[in-house]
Amino acid sequence: MKFANVIAAGGEWLRGEGPHHQIVISSRVRLARNLRHRSFPGWAKKTERTQVLELIKPRVEELPEMQDSFSELLQDLSALEKQVLVERHLISREHAAKSVGSAVIMNRRQTLSIMVNEEDHLRMQSIRSGLQLKNAFKLVDKVDSTLEGKLDFAYDPRLGYLTACPTNVGTGMRASAMLHLPGLVLSEMINQVIQAVNKIGLAVRGLYGEGTEAMGNLFQISNQTTLGEKEEEIVSRLSKVIETIIEKEHDARQMLIQKKSNTLWDQIGRAYGVLTFAHAMTSKEALNLLSIIKLGVDLGAFPEDRRLPIDELFIDTQPAHLQKSSQQKLNAEERDELRAQIIRERLRVFPKPDISKVARESTGNGTSSEPTHNE
Amino acid sequence: MLCDVCKCNDATVFLTQILEGKMQKVNLCDSCSKEKGVQDPTGFALADLLLGIGAAEEIEKGAPTQKCTVCGFTQADFKKTGRLGCSACYITFSEGLGSLLKAMHKGTEHIGKLPQRAHREIELADRMRTLTHDLQKAVAEENYESAAALRDQIKQLETQSATSPR
Ligand SMILES: [Zn+2]
Ligand SMILES: [Zn+2]
Repeated sequence: MKFANVIAAGGEWLRGEGPHHQIVISSRVRLARNLRHRSFPGWAKKTERTQVLELIKPRVEELPEMQDSFSELLQDLSALEKQVLVERHLISREHAAKSVGSAVIMNRRQTLSIMVNEEDHLRMQSIRSGLQLKNAFKLVDKVDSTLEGKLDFAYDPRLGYLTACPTNVGTGMRASAMLHLPGLVLSEMINQVIQAVNKIGLAVRGLYGEGTEAMGNLFQISNQTTLGEKEEEIVSRLSKVIETIIEKEHDARQMLIQKKSNTLWDQIGRAYGVLTFAHAMTSKEALNLLSIIKLGVDLGAFPEDRRLPIDELFIDTQPAHLQKSSQQKLNAEERDELRAQIIRERLRVFPKPDISKVARESTGNGTSSEPTHNE
Repeated sequence: MLCDVCKCNDATVFLTQILEGKMQKVNLCDSCSKEKGVQDPTGFALADLLLGIGAAEEIEKGAPTQKCTVCGFTQADFKKTGRLGCSACYITFSEGLGSLLKAMHKGTEHIGKLPQRAHREIELADRMRTLTHDLQKAVAEENYESAAALRDQIKQLETQSATSPR
């Protein structure tokens, strides 16, 4: 599979069809594994790193899950291509900085991506649309079980899987979900939620920035610790907390509709106006305004069939994706211009916001019309 | 409020974590938070950060002059990078790592998944214990025929476990 196909295919999680997909953009689970008595990538000499790569890469490529996969050595990817993979969360920023001795292998659906010689010898990650942490875990767990029969993984009966960084030792697992929480941000309840979640040993942070500064109102929540708790327990604890956050987000949205409707319609109207007519737009501004339009779709102010074009813009307006589509390197000013142009084109067929269609009360969640006072 | 890392810029990023029932707060300026990867959601753990700030001294106490025999890594290298050299480093620096892991994690022992091979090793160890016990009994009962058979079995088991290192 060629890199062009990766771009064209888009990946399952970008289509946003999973459970709770309005609020939970994606779920990810990654496992870190290392070979016994081989220096970790950060400490290994180049020759040793290459040896490890040659041991691991064929074993990964022959996995049944990796039929028709995209497999590339990091030195054979351009800086722009690496950045595209980062923007799609298929490789980490740290991995993008790697060159000789590292590789990435991913399946066609882009639900499974395996980094060789990142911080650990193996970083296996599954990414799914919506709230699907359990399914994501099942997939990487299965891949791990297949690979352990062919590779001699480092572990200790007491400490579990041994990793380059002691923060990952034990399960070597990091489970996370990306959440879109404009309601909690607009109602200024987000910091309260972040603190409550931190207290129970989970981490929440803005995808690009912290707290109310989070760009695009996007937040990532994940487990912080990996030793002393079973994988399934971590996954189910995290899933439960996310379900609670989803409820709080629904409540916050209802509260905004009931008590601050004018502010809400003003935000949606302004976002629509700027996105439709602007001729220069930074990545930050685009994310923030697209977030408000996405909220508008969720609330019914825009038709449901407008959801996908907006979701796609979240990714397509990122710097590397812009440059990839224009086939050239652009400076910041040129990027801002192109970004505004792409957004204008996609929004040309977008109807004006219609607030009469907004659902005053969503069924099931938050039956009270009062704002919820949590903790 | 000043940044905990560079101690010169104003802190703009505030992080909290409960460790061992104690609330830990880390305040960072914009550039330090970027450098520490706080803004990279895929790679960041608060414990990582604490590792850089205070916990690295822990490991130093445990193994001031030790060097990993497998990879040549020293505690000074750990202080620099916050990462270990190889899986055997966990044994070399176990003393210092113990308190570090305790501060970082929910528990001190892994209770989740282990490779199938690990279960086989545990079985082997169990079987060895039974055989040794039976052998002692056979010797005590002066049942030399079965004692000899048991010794053979133990030898066989020893070669088996030697080929699958811990
Ligand atoms: Zn600083
Ligand atoms: Zn070592």
